[in-house]
Amino acid sequence: MAARIEVQDLSIQFPLYHGQSRSLKRTMLARAKGLRRLQENSQHRLVVEALRNVTFTLGAGERLGLVGHNGAGKTTLLRALAGVYEPVAGRVRIEGTLNALLDPNQGMNMELTGRENVTLRGRYHRMNGPGIEALAEDVRVFAELGDFFDLPVRIYSSGMIVRLAFAMATAIRPQVLLMDEWFLAGDASFRNKARERLESMVRGADILVLSTHLNDVVRSWCSRVIWLEDGRVKADGPVDQVMDAFSGIGEGVPALFPETALS
Amino acid sequence: MNVISDPQAAPLPEAERGFTIDLRHGLGFVARNRMAISDIARGLSLWRLALTLSWLDIRLRYRGSVLGPLWLTLSTAVMVAALGFLYAVLFHTTIRDYLPFLALSLVLWSFIAAMVSDACTSFTQAENMIRSMRIPFSLYIGQIVARNVLILGHNVIVIVVVFVAFQVPVNLNALAAIPAFLLWLVDGAAASLLFGALCARFRDIPPIVGSVMQIAFYVSAVMWKPDFLHGHQSFLVYDPFYTILQIVRGPLLGQIPTMHAYISALGFSAVLCIFAWLTFLRVRHRIAFWI
Repeated sequence: MAARIEVQDLSIQFPLYHGQSRSLKRTMLARAKGLRRLQENSQHRLVVEALRNVTFTLGAGERLGLVGHNGAGKTTLLRALAGVYEPVAGRVRIEGTLNALLDPNQGMNMELTGRENVTLRGRYHRMNGPGIEALAEDVRVFAELGDFFDLPVRIYSSGMIVRLAFAMATAIRPQVLLMDEWFLAGDASFRNKARERLESMVRGADILVLSTHLNDVVRSWCSRVIWLEDGRVKADGPVDQVMDAFSGIGEGVPALFPETALS
Repeated sequence: MNVISDPQAAPLPEAERGFTIDLRHGLGFVARNRMAISDIARGLSLWRLALTLSWLDIRLRYRGSVLGPLWLTLSTAVMVAALGFLYAVLFHTTIRDYLPFLALSLVLWSFIAAMVSDACTSFTQAENMIRSMRIPFSLYIGQIVARNVLILGHNVIVIVVVFVAFQVPVNLNALAAIPAFLLWLVDGAAASLLFGALCARFRDIPPIVGSVMQIAFYVSAVMWKPDFLHGHQSFLVYDPFYTILQIVRGPLLGQIPTMHAYISALGFSAVLCIFAWLTFLRVRHRIAFWI
C-alpha cells in the first residue's frame, strides 16, 4: 500500500483552562489582539487557534518541509499528523506505518533503564521477543551506551539521552516519517554517524515531513515546502520558490541560531 | 516496520497502518462511539505493552530494595497481624474468628482503594507518552488494572497463609467470587476511564476522591463484620463500596451474599460504566490537550 497523507481544513485549538479568571482573560485577549489567535469558542472558553484551515495532500515520494517562525504551528501540525492531537474540525488521513520523532525524550521514562525503554518501544510497535532483542542490540550498539544501557536513563548525560532517543527512534523504519528539527542536532562526534543513519531512514521512508529552521536542510532534503504563519498556510509549493520568499523576510537569523535546544 | 540492522525483515503484520480522523461533518454521537470503540480495540491489541508497563511500574517502585515486590506482601502481613490482635480485643471477638475476616477484607479493600486512587492519575501519569505517540487511551486503563491485579497477587499470599493457619473452611460457594471479581475488573476499568479523564481536566478531584475513599473505608464494613450492626445491616446495601466488596468477600468466607447485595453491586456498577462511557465519548479527543 502506498503511503499517503491527506489533510483537509484541519483546525486545532488549544483550550486555556487556567486563564479563566476574568481579568486575566481580558489582559490576554488584549495582548493577543495583534495576533488574533486567542479566541473565545462557542462555550466562551479562551482558546489559542494553533492551526486554521490547513489543507494539503502528500503522496508517496514527497518530502515536505515545514517552515515558519516560532509559534507558527509547525510542531502542532506534526503532532496532529502523528495523531497525538485530534482536530476540532477537518480531516486527517494517514495511510501507511508512521513514526514520529517529536520530542527528544520520546515518551521515555527516566527511571527505567535504556533497555527497558527500548522494550516498551518495541511492544508499542507490536514486536515479539526476538524482534525486541534485535531492536535493543541495534540501539545499544548505535547509541554507544555500553554498560549504561542497563542503568536508569536518569543518570545518563544529556548527550547519552539524545543518542539513546535518536537510536531508538531511527531503529524503526516507517513509511511516513514525521520529524521535528531537534533530530538534526547532537554532539559533534555523533553527528556524522547520526546524519548517515537519518539519511538512510529518510531515503527509506515513502513520505517525510520535516519541521525545521535550518534553511539548507530544507533545500537539500525536501521537495516541497509549506510555510506556516499564525496557524495558516502562507505558501505551499516547490522548495526554491517558497524558500526564496521565506528567507526574504527571514533576515537570515534562523540560520545563525537554529532552534536546536537540546539542553 | 523494519529494524535497520536487519533491512530484510518483513514489516510486522499487526503494525498499525495509519488512521483517519474525519470531522468535516462535525463529531456526532455515532462518530464518537466509533472512535471510542476503536480506541478500546486498539488498546486491547496492545495488551503486551500494557502488561509490560504495569510490571515495570511495580519493579520501579521496588528497584534497589532487597525484598522487592515482596514488601507488598510483608507490609500487608504486618498490618493484618497488628490490627487483627488489637481489633479482636476491641470488638470482643475471638482472634480465630476475626483475623481471617480481617486479612481477607483488608487485602480486598486495598485493591479497591488503590484502584480508585490510581484511576485519578491514569492519564496524567502517562503525560510523556500521550504527548509523543498516538497510543489508545484504553492502554493506560489496561496498565492500571493489570498493575493492581499484580499487586493483589502478592497480597493474596497473606490471605492464604492466614486461612491455612486458622484452618478456615472454604467451600464451593467460593467459586461465586470469580464472576464477582471479573465485575471488579470491569468496574476498575470504568473508574479509571471516568476519574482519569475528570482528574486530567479538574485537578481538584483527586483530593476529593481521597477523602471519600477514607470515609468509605470506615463505613463499608471493612474492619468490622456486618453482623456487628445488630439488625441494621439492611442499610449497607445502599453503600456501593460495601456491596461490591461483599460479592467477592462473602463467597470466600463461605456465604453467598444476599440478592439485594448483588442487585446493588450490579446496579452501581452499571451506573459507573454508563457514566464512564459517556464521559469517555465526550472527552477522549480532548485528553491530550489537558494533561
